[in-house]
Amino acid sequence: MIRVDRLHKYFGEIKAVQGVSFTADNGKITGLLGPNGAGKSTTLRILYTVLKPDSGTATIDGVDVVTDSLAARARIGTLPHGSGLYPHLTARENIAYYAKLYGMPKDTIDGAVQMVIDQLDINDFADRRTKGFSHGQKTKVSLARSLVHGPQNVILDEPSTGLDVMATRSLREFIRELKRAGKCVLFSSHVMQEVAALCDEIVIIASGQVALHDTADGIRSATGCDDLEDAFVKAIRMVEPVA
Amino acid sequence: MKTIRSVFAKEVTDNFRDRRTLMSALLMGPLFGPILFAFVINLSVKQSLSDASEPLDLPVIGRENAPNLINFLESNNINIVDGPASREEALAGVSNGEHDVVVVIPESFGKDLADMIPATVEVITDQANRQAERETRRATRALRDYGQELAVMRLTLRGVSPLVMRPLNIDEVDVSTPSGRSAILLGMLSYFFLFALLTGGMNLAIDATAGERERGSLEPLICLPVKRDHLIFGKILAACLFMAISLSLSLTCFHFSLKFMPLQELGMTPNFGPLVVLQAFLFLVPFALVGASLMTLVASFTRSFKEAQTWVSVVLLAPTLPILIVSILMVRPSTALMFVPSLSQHLLLVGLIKNEPLNMLHVAVSVGGTLFIGALLTYLCARLYRREGLLG
Repeated sequence: MIRVDRLHKYFGEIKAVQGVSFTADNGKITGLLGPNGAGKSTTLRILYTVLKPDSGTATIDGVDVVTDSLAARARIGTLPHGSGLYPHLTARENIAYYAKLYGMPKDTIDGAVQMVIDQLDINDFADRRTKGFSHGQKTKVSLARSLVHGPQNVILDEPSTGLDVMATRSLREFIRELKRAGKCVLFSSHVMQEVAALCDEIVIIASGQVALHDTADGIRSATGCDDLEDAFVKAIRMVEPVA
Repeated sequence: MKTIRSVFAKEVTDNFRDRRTLMSALLMGPLFGPILFAFVINLSVKQSLSDASEPLDLPVIGRENAPNLINFLESNNINIVDGPASREEALAGVSNGEHDVVVVIPESFGKDLADMIPATVEVITDQANRQAERETRRATRALRDYGQELAVMRLTLRGVSPLVMRPLNIDEVDVSTPSGRSAILLGMLSYFFLFALLTGGMNLAIDATAGERERGSLEPLICLPVKRDHLIFGKILAACLFMAISLSLSLTCFHFSLKFMPLQELGMTPNFGPLVVLQAFLFLVPFALVGASLMTLVASFTRSFKEAQTWVSVVLLAPTLPILIVSILMVRPSTALMFVPSLSQHLLLVGLIKNEPLNMLHVAVSVGGTLFIGALLTYLCARLYRREGLLG
């Protein structure tokens, strides 16, 4: 479970995040939706402890991300935006390297690596060097790499960017499987349709603030728009000063 | 510890598969020094040997004014050739490099000699032209010898012993040993070895920092539940390993290639046996920590692989600076100098090649001081990696 409470983060003059609060429950898929530059990535980066908040708190399964960042990181599997692989290592070696760094016991690593390889269906290219992999293949390997230790919480920053239809479908299917396994999945996107197709809860962020936090139906009724895209635009306008 | 080991193992595997790293670590660094060195040695051997034995072509203006002098010069292995038409042309020819040296014998030469007035002979040369220096010296010496001979003849004619002209007998005694002489040339060796060492780890140092950021693999890496310090230690250690490999290859390569260099003809017997190779490796290798951490530090500030390469290349030149200053000032090794990395390695290596006894205090200070500075730089790297702005 991921809990975010009144987070603020400034980069000099720029107020990237201004008081974001929400909770992402276990066994649910929570979507962080917002236009470019809304503060989605900054919020997620605070959650996976790459950035420190200026004020506010965030906890992963009750562990504070600032005061106990190492333990918090151990509880999440992270796919940052634009994750890169090591081109001279095979997919399997890339995954095994992370398994070692997660501190998994040596004798369990091979089995765990094979398990995520099966789950993500990447056996075909698991033993090839990742140099020259397609974007879809890379995303799958990156995902496998960040989930090899079986984390309870999964944070994905715009995972579907640049993926084709087939790859997007299998990614969605995989995310649903995580949900069925009782995991807490938090992912960001700027595409309303994708979030609506997948998420139990949607958190709409604009200008570093939470505009709405509800189910897809709840958002439709709150904004009075049947069309999700219209609802999205309307929700953003709630916090954004109209230019 | 486990994290450091995992990162180290991964970087080593990764880079052994990287052609760029392998090229620089196992080929470029180790071969560059010996090849360049062999080239320089052969060139200087050729020059110094060709000197005395080959006849010197000397352009002379006014050879008809001094037939005896010309005969003397020709008997001294100097080939008289026709010079430019006039003195003015000779001046122009020398200054634009057409001639190295031109001798002008004026018309009054014979008359002055007969009248016992010092007869003028002009040697036109360009002091800035290093190439001409040796030829000029040879021509001048021959002319002076001729003058000496005339003086002796004149004194003898008057019944005076020519020894009157030599109140002093100056005898230079050169105490430099053959290996000592070779040290001058072999002094630049220390830079080749440090260069080989640095090139060995350069690609890895860049790849592990700027490369990792450019590839986008840095952010997921620091999301892992490991201390960033341990990540950077593992990377620096891996760079050290490649540097040590490159250094040992370079030393070994040199040990064998020295056999094919005509050093004996230059009066040099460099001391570079297997034991020296081993000793040299042992006190050069601490520099790897300084090199690896310095490169990592520099590369951490840059945004891309290309930018990092530019800046890290500057680090390749850094060790030359202390060596250069000391070579110019001709400083003797002292304990204080042993605290300076690259300089201390240079001084120790030169001493070793000169076959001087090793000063164990110097070795200890050099190794200790270098490792200390390396540790300090490593700490700075770790500090830098803790920053939030690391991802750029």
